Amino acid sequence: MAQHPVELILLQQWASLMAIPVWITDAGGRMVYFNEPTERIIGLRFEDTGELEAEQLADIFEISDLDGSPLPNMERPLMIALSKQMPAHRQMRIHTADHKSRVIAVTAIPIIGEGNRQLGAMVTFWEERP
Amino acid sequence: MNVALHGTRGSVGRAGPETMYFGGDTSCVEVNGDDGSILVLDAGSGLARMNQRLDPCPARIDLLLTHLHMDHLQGLGFFRALWFTDVEVHLWGPASSTMSLSERLGRYLSPPLFPVRVRDLPALRFHDVRPGTYEVGSFEVTADLVCHPGPTLGFRVRDNSTTLAYLPDHEPALGAQKFPKPAEWTSGYDLCHGVDLLIHDFQYTPDEYLARIGWGHPSIPQALLFAEQVEARRLVTFHHDPDHDDDALRRLHQEAAAAELPFELIPGITGLQLEV
Repeated sequence: MAQHPVELILLQQWASLMAIPVWITDAGGRMVYFNEPTERIIGLRFEDTGELEAEQLADIFEISDLDGSPLPNMERPLMIALSKQMPAHRQMRIHTADHKSRVIAVTAIPIIGEGNRQLGAMVTFWEERP
Repeated sequence: MNVALHGTRGSVGRAGPETMYFGGDTSCVEVNGDDGSILVLDAGSGLARMNQRLDPCPARIDLLLTHLHMDHLQGLGFFRALWFTDVEVHLWGPASSTMSLSERLGRYLSPPLFPVRVRDLPALRFHDVRPGTYEVGSFEVTADLVCHPGPTLGFRVRDNSTTLAYLPDHEPALGAQKFPKPAEWTSGYDLCHGVDLLIHDFQYTPDEYLARIGWGHPSIPQALLFAEQVEARRLVTFHHDPDHDDDALRRLHQEAAAAELPFELIPGITGLQLEV
């Protein structure tokens, strides 16, 4: 596997020390890392999943709007950050592989390196109180 | 290719009787290609040593800057080739997200820090370097950002079938709870993997590193682990801490060599010439 850009390496190192959930994707939407606080919300360990392509993620959890209706890809913060290169935020519902449903607030930020290199996106999220 | 070390000291020059053996000049390495092409890596105070080699002066010299900290730059204004009218000096280095290499350099090469302005140096040609591979004379140069404060490049240089990597300032273990990390999460891995010669930062003892985490340099054990991880054939130690005099550096190299290393350990001594 090729080495990640140093910007992602530094971000991963930072995320591994954080108590807030952080999820990192590369420019193609491939999940390259999530930290331990994320594991508590999505019910999976990064050591078990490893890096995953965007299509594989749909098999692991579903995302819907708060009322349960489907949430189009292009309205999801991560997709907005990756495709429009702008930060985005919204509340949504996540249905995880362990059959739990949670309302989460999600903020996604594009990762743009010097020279306008599109490197990916960072997502942080937290569970909203019912 | 031939490699000559003109300056191997890090952070600040340390000239004096206590550094006579390893040398006190800061980062500068000359690389001579098989066809006579000259590549210069960094422009620390060691660059002044190259002035003796400019007669006759080649028509073109390519100078690659890893970053713009002063110990990698302070020899530039004293490089005689800049004043020759029949020589092109191509300067390759990192831009920032808001300024070109020329603009960034202009902050130093201008009064009051320096009496001459960049625009008054007609021989200079600037190349903003972003991660990627470049043809530089007869060399193939791959540049990538590495872990060090501010935009900092490492270089992998290929000449025919031989390769060297140059990472004079590099803190690959920053933030890592365990080192080495998997290859894909290790700064500098792709640049250095399998090189014939790795010139790498060797700045701190483990105790010194603990007090300087985030300053952009490794501990000596981390440098050795990195060289092993990337499967370098030879490691040239570099960027010696100004507080490490000859006695200290001899002892640190002896301690490093006491372990069974899977590569040849070469102390980075100013004036050393190597065939790669």
